[in-house]
Amino acid sequence: MIHPIPPGTRDVLPDEMRELRRLNRRLIEVFEGAGYGEVATPAIEYDEVLSRGNRPSSASPYRFFDENGDLLALRSDMTVPIARLVATRFADAPLPLRLCYLASAYRAVLPQRGEMREYVQAGIELIGAPGAEGTAEVIGVLEAALDAAGLDRAVIGLGHADLYRSLLTEFGVEGEARDTVLGRLATHDLVGLEAALADAGIGDPAIQTCVALSQLRGGADVLERAREIGGDAVERTTARLQATYEALVAAGTADRVQIDFGLLRDLGYYSGTIFEVYDPAVGHVLGGGGRYDGFLANFGLDLPAAGFSLYLERVHVAQMEEESRRRERAAADV
Amino acid sequence: MSSGPGVIGGPTHPEGPLTLAVPRGALFEETLDLLDAAGVDTAPARGDSRSLIFHTDEMTLVTMRPSDVPTYVEAGAADVGITGKDVLLEQSDRVVYELLDLGYGKCRMVLAGRRGDERLGESQRRLGMMRIATKYPRIAERYFEDTGRQIELIEVKGSVELAPLIGLGDGIVDLVATGRTLAENDLEVREEIVDCTARLVANRVAHKLRAAEVDDLTARLRVASRA
Repeated sequence: MIHPIPPGTRDVLPDEMRELRRLNRRLIEVFEGAGYGEVATPAIEYDEVLSRGNRPSSASPYRFFDENGDLLALRSDMTVPIARLVATRFADAPLPLRLCYLASAYRAVLPQRGEMREYVQAGIELIGAPGAEGTAEVIGVLEAALDAAGLDRAVIGLGHADLYRSLLTEFGVEGEARDTVLGRLATHDLVGLEAALADAGIGDPAIQTCVALSQLRGGADVLERAREIGGDAVERTTARLQATYEALVAAGTADRVQIDFGLLRDLGYYSGTIFEVYDPAVGHVLGGGGRYDGFLANFGLDLPAAGFSLYLERVHVAQMEEESRRRERAAADV
Repeated sequence: MSSGPGVIGGPTHPEGPLTLAVPRGALFEETLDLLDAAGVDTAPARGDSRSLIFHTDEMTLVTMRPSDVPTYVEAGAADVGITGKDVLLEQSDRVVYELLDLGYGKCRMVLAGRRGDERLGESQRRLGMMRIATKYPRIAERYFEDTGRQIELIEVKGSVELAPLIGLGDGIVDLVATGRTLAENDLEVREEIVDCTARLVANRVAHKLRAAEVDDLTARLRVASRA
C-alpha cells in the first residue's frame, strides 16, 4: 500500500539519516566550539509574533487557529523566533549573546518544482556585537562550518543591503519607480533594470552607475573599482565593506570571500552587510545571512545583531557532489 | 570588462569550460551566427548532427528546446544560456539572471481574433469574460489581470490558430513574428502585449563563481549583437 505525504515533504531513511546526523554533529561542534549555545524553539508560534517588522517576503504561509481561536503560524526561519526568545529570556544577559540552532522551517512552494515545504536550517545568531568586528566573527564561524562540512571550494559572497536604497535616494528615484527598480535588481534582470531606470527619468550616467555596480563582484580590487564609480552611497557602502573585509583579513578568514556589489537578499530584515554561500558543484545558494541591526527593536530590544543559516539538505547535496568530484580526480591522477 | 581574479584564493575556481545552453528551432541559426561573430567557433554544432552536446575550444554548447533553457540554467546544468523573452516571461518563477538583450528573434506577443469578427468584444460585454486559447497561459493570465478583464484560459500545445477558427475560444494570445500565419488563418492582431527578443541568461551561482568568464562572454556578445 502506498500512503502519500504532502508534496514538498519527505521521509528520511537510515542511509541518508546517518550522513545528515554526521553533518549536523560537525556543524554543532563548530558552533559550540565558537561559544554559541544551541537553542530550540517551537515550530508553531503566534502569527502576530512571526510577522513583526516589515517583512512581507518571509511571513509564514502556514497559519491556523488553535482551540482558543488564536492565530498560529509555522515559522519560516529561525531568526525571528530567536529574536523573540532573546527579548523574552535574555533581556538582561551580558552581551554579546551567542546562540545556535538546528531546526526545521517551513515555506510556500511553487507547484511541480520539487521545492521543499519543510527544510532544515543550521545557523547562528550573534546579538550585541556591532559593526565589522561582529560581522567578521559570524563569517569566521561560517567558514569553519563550511570546512567542517568538507566544502573547501565554497565561496562567500559579501555585499551590502542598503546600497541600492541609498543610491536611488541619491538619484531621486522614489515611489513606484523605486519599487520597480529594486524589484529588477532583486531578480537581476539587467535588461529590465535599464528600462526601469530610463523610465524613472534619471540620466545615462546614473543608469550606467547602477548597472555597473550590479555587475561588480570579485576580489579586493572591486573596492577600488567601486570607488572609481563614485557618489556618496557607493562611498559609504564601499567603506563599510572594506572595514568588514579588513576585519576578515585580520582574522585570517578572507580567503573564500568574494565582494559583490550586486548582492541582494530578499528577507526584509537585513540592514547592513549581507552574504550568501555558493559551491561550484551545485547551482543553488547553500545559505546566507547578514546584519539585522534594527530588527530586534520590533521586540523591544535595540541591539545590533548578525547571523547566518545554512540549508542543511543543500549542504548535504554539495558534500556528495564534492566527494564524487574528488573521487573522479583521484581516479584520473592514478 | 572584468580582469582581475574572479574569486580570491585560487582553490575555488570551478574547472572545465563554460556550458552554454543554445536554443534549437527558430532561434538556432541566428544564435550560432551571433556566437561566431563573438568569436565562439560553432562549426561543430552546424550540419545535421544528431548530437546534443558540442565542444569548442573555450565552451561546451548544449542544444535544447528554447523552453528548456531556463530549467537547465536555473539548476546550474548550464552556466549560461540563450532563449526568447517570451520563454522567460512564461517561466518567470525560474531564478535566472537576465544579462543582455541580444536583439534578434524579434517578435510580438499579441491578442488576436478572427478578422472582422466581434466575438471577443461580444463575449466580454455579454458574458463578462473572453475565452482565450494560448500556449502561454501565464503571460495571458497576467496580461488580462493587469488590464482588469476576466478570461477563461484554454491551454493548447499545438497550432493555437486553429482554436478560434473552429469555436474553441474567442481569441488567442500568441507569439507573432511576421504575422503571416495569422493572416493565412484569417486572424488579425487586436492588442499588442509585449515585444520579445533573444536574451542571454546566467545561472546565479555561475554568475558569481565564474564572474570573469561570464562577463567576458557578455561583453563579446554585446559588441557582436550591436554590430
